[in-house]
Amino acid sequence: MTITEERQTDAPEGEVGRSRRRKEDQRLITGRTRWTDNIQLPGMLHLAMVRSPFAHANITAIDTDEAKAAPGVIGVFTGADLKDTQGVNANAWPLNAEQKAPEHLPVAVEHVACAGEIVAVVVARTAAQARDAAELVDVDYEELPAVLDLREAVKDEVLTHPSLGTNTSAFWKLDSAEQGSGGDIEAAIAKARQDGIVIEREYRQQRLVPAFMEPRSTVVDPTGEQLVVWSATQIPHILRFLIAATMGIPESKLRVIAPDVGGGFGGKLQTTPEEFATIAVARRLGKPCKYTETRSESILSAHHGRDQIQKLTLAAERDGRVTGLKVELLADLGAYVAIVGGGVPVLGAWMFNSIYKFDAYQFNCRTVLTNKTWVDAYRGAGRPEATYGIERLMDELADEVGIDPLELRAKNWITHDEFPFTTVAGMTYDSGNYEAATARAKELFGYDELREEQRRRRESNDPVQLGIGISTFTEMCGLAPSRVLGSLNYGAGGWEHASIRMLATGKVEVVTGASAHGQGHETAWSQIVADRLGIPFEDIEVLHGDTQIAPRGMDTYGSRSLVVGAEAVIRAADKVIEKAKPIAAHMLEASVDDIEFSAGRFGVKGTDRGVSMPEVALESWTCHNLPDGVEPTIDADATFDPDTFSFPHGTHLCAMEVDTETGATKMRSYVAVDDIGVIVNPLIVEGQEHGGLVQGIAQALWEGAEYDDQGTLVTGSFVDYTLPTSADTISFVTDHTTSPSTTNTLGTKGVGEAGTIASTPAVVNAIVDAVRHLGVNDIVMPCTPERVWKAIQAGAPVSAEGEREAAPHFDEGAPNQADPDPSASVEGSLS
Amino acid sequence: MIPAQFDYVAPETVQDAIAALAEHGDDAKVLAGGQSLLPILRMRLNAPGVIVDLGRIPELQGISEEGDHLVIGAMTTYAALLASEAVSTHAGVLSKAIHTVADPQIRHRGTIGGALVHADPAGDVGAPALALGAELVIAGAGGATRTVAADDFFEDLFTTAVRDGELLTQVRVPKHTGWGAHYEKFVRVSHQWSIVGVAATVRSEAGSIAEARVGLTNMGSTPLRAKAVEEALVGRPATDEAVRAAVASVADGTNPPSDLNGDSDYRKHLATVLTRRAVLAAAGA
Repeated sequence: MTITEERQTDAPEGEVGRSRRRKEDQRLITGRTRWTDNIQLPGMLHLAMVRSPFAHANITAIDTDEAKAAPGVIGVFTGADLKDTQGVNANAWPLNAEQKAPEHLPVAVEHVACAGEIVAVVVARTAAQARDAAELVDVDYEELPAVLDLREAVKDEVLTHPSLGTNTSAFWKLDSAEQGSGGDIEAAIAKARQDGIVIEREYRQQRLVPAFMEPRSTVVDPTGEQLVVWSATQIPHILRFLIAATMGIPESKLRVIAPDVGGGFGGKLQTTPEEFATIAVARRLGKPCKYTETRSESILSAHHGRDQIQKLTLAAERDGRVTGLKVELLADLGAYVAIVGGGVPVLGAWMFNSIYKFDAYQFNCRTVLTNKTWVDAYRGAGRPEATYGIERLMDELADEVGIDPLELRAKNWITHDEFPFTTVAGMTYDSGNYEAATARAKELFGYDELREEQRRRRESNDPVQLGIGISTFTEMCGLAPSRVLGSLNYGAGGWEHASIRMLATGKVEVVTGASAHGQGHETAWSQIVADRLGIPFEDIEVLHGDTQIAPRGMDTYGSRSLVVGAEAVIRAADKVIEKAKPIAAHMLEASVDDIEFSAGRFGVKGTDRGVSMPEVALESWTCHNLPDGVEPTIDADATFDPDTFSFPHGTHLCAMEVDTETGATKMRSYVAVDDIGVIVNPLIVEGQEHGGLVQGIAQALWEGAEYDDQGTLVTGSFVDYTLPTSADTISFVTDHTTSPSTTNTLGTKGVGEAGTIASTPAVVNAIVDAVRHLGVNDIVMPCTPERVWKAIQAGAPVSAEGEREAAPHFDEGAPNQADPDPSASVEGSLS
Repeated sequence: MIPAQFDYVAPETVQDAIAALAEHGDDAKVLAGGQSLLPILRMRLNAPGVIVDLGRIPELQGISEEGDHLVIGAMTTYAALLASEAVSTHAGVLSKAIHTVADPQIRHRGTIGGALVHADPAGDVGAPALALGAELVIAGAGGATRTVAADDFFEDLFTTAVRDGELLTQVRVPKHTGWGAHYEKFVRVSHQWSIVGVAATVRSEAGSIAEARVGLTNMGSTPLRAKAVEEALVGRPATDEAVRAAVASVADGTNPPSDLNGDSDYRKHLATVLTRRAVLAAAGA
């Protein structure tokens, strides 16, 4: 069913810009669609996984006899059984040749490096029988010491993988002086120590669980000529490539389908051990097989996100003009280098300088292995961490200088007349207007009034204090220019592909390589093509997610679908028009040069004669009377590789109330004014913004994956991993300023991650602002009431561990302080 | 996740249910709404051989008035209690507490009896049951019943006066008509178990507190009644200052847990703040 609305009076003439309800919503919301776990194939078998309860152990023996004898069991397979057939989890972004990465087998053979790692696969006629039998598999482990803490791991005293010899996976550095994009950071810091201001802070990015709605599921059918794999994945095309590359199956013998997929947030940007294990078992048995994870398995064993310690040094002049920023990151990769996990922290390299003009800049990142679930992309991937660091620092600097934090930002940001602007990190921003977004946000927020209320509450010593948090962010998305990816040692390109099929009945199929998992591609692409080809919205079908239907693609992540994927769609549509013109001219008995295309109609200049696009499509299909030499189709393909990234930006203002008696925090208001260029569908944008905001706010306030000393995930269910619901959030105020992008046809920018990137520092800045006069300058995330209350009690920050101040603490002997010399660090030695 | 296999019986009378429990002994587990039991089964933390579902026993359902008592069937759902004017009128603090339980789906499945017998110290019905001086009617073999005061009902973590083979059948609540009531629940997200909760119900006379009852959630291995605070409140005006002094010692002698939501000392601090707020709100201050 297609839902259409009354055209609003202020709605645009075309489809682009209209708040269309999403055509995919009915089937997605009611669940009357094909999710992977709904798929039932004749004779299909079911898998259950036996997982390691230990964070670090050698497998000494596995007894599968009892499980094999259990009712309905077809087979039990250990890593040794599958060894040569099970493929390997790929590390697709090795950063540099020196990177150390342990082999990551889907089913462990001798050694497990984190709790939840699969050690055996049970196959039975029903899922219940498989689960029952999994409990009967008897595994003997020799427990090994586990290293869980990032600072401990750096010391290399306990090794995540003893065979590797170190816990440091890689070191990566960007230096503005070395690459010629800015000055020398050490000189800037030295000067500021003499006659300026130096702000030194250490911030913690806690570990997060992506917590997509649909648990992951894989169905494999080995009974046809092609092996067919259905999976709840964001990346069917990349998965197909990697199955072929690691399992020895010809790519041409593989069909991968991502049917409707219930969310991902980066959590399904992965090839999973479970996918490989299901394929290996299905091939071994020659029978269709299904594996669907439980929520507990998902929280434990689907990859985690973030997990960094950021040591930051900001140099400024006395008046608040920033002269330099030095970033030293420790990034926890968990037990393995995941598909893009090794590179995600490095995405922050171009973002710590954000919207600002710094003289000098240096970014150092050390990636470290620990005996915890592996870490990879999570909504924002690298940019939220960077945005958090710089936006927290800018508030700290404003306090030090003694000026309003918005004024401090204005003193440092790129002004609207300076675009395009090449930053100190070497990235060229195409467009933006930070002044306009900030002015609009201040107005919607009632900034001055809230500052006045804050003053009154402070003066009256109100038990409930008010704080205002600011986040003026930008980000780089629209992944990605293939040449840039190549220069970063990434294992694939960043292009996107589209095809347009003009059907004889006047309908249109749009095939996109961007594999949607809840974003609304079907609606947005239909709007774009409707305008481009003059075809009614309802007559356009968008197809995606099946490598047989959409054979070329790079999938959906990094806010790339609209700015890269839809650009390919537009270019394919333009090719359709060009291919149709000679046929239209022939039909109209006119010269091609006299044909002009407008609103779905090919007309002859200066006359009222014309034919519609569907008429031309039919003519090309019957092929009865085409001009000589013209190919009998007007279908077209296009592949688009972007020249640069997309740079949305915005100003977010957050007011938080802090109950100083309990430490409880309450959001009072949140205003987000985002500049995401031209908007295709305001309703979809609003949804992306609201969802993104909640995810970022959740990092600030609620979420955190916590392990105990044994390496057991304590937050193993939604009882302890506290996801918010709508009952915990407020109505956000969102608005836009528009600086069209100059790098794509429609002038669009990415929006999928913006809210998540911007909101976390806005919330924490607001909480710190509420209690700064009580002697607090930091609270570790998530800012639980207990942490807030204890910070107030101490008049000083409280760290995650409780015994260590979060900032500043660059005292002698503290970890993460070594001179980041790459040659020394890849060896893992710190001092 | 899929629970281990079990047999399922759904008796239609209390005596049949007790007979089923007698037959299966330790292998049986009672299903009384299932909002705690089902997650336990699904995560395979327990694998009973037989589930005895009380959901089809009419005599365990419903709310009635008997003189100066409300009589609540053990299988009455949270949602039914919330919809009951009798409960909000005569046992206001129970209504207020139940309003904070989890989310609407759980409130439509979970039952008061199931929650009381499960006896999770972070659950929200124990404290109001203590504050209201509820009486718990327990049925055993051969039609015998006994009544236990709420003060004697909660014995330890997940342990109550209901013995093996017995069933809680009724919750008898003395009417507290005209008493003010408030449940102050402290959580990080709305659907969470209480980090700390305080149930307060207060009878006021001429601006002063004539009687007060205070129950504490998640301040030890069982819900607790703060009797010393109740006594200290009598005769005090419902002012911030007077109540603050009376409740200052509410956490003395408690032994709350330490977990990701807060350590034991933080919970003790919270209890004093929340008790003050609950009492003042109950007193209409």
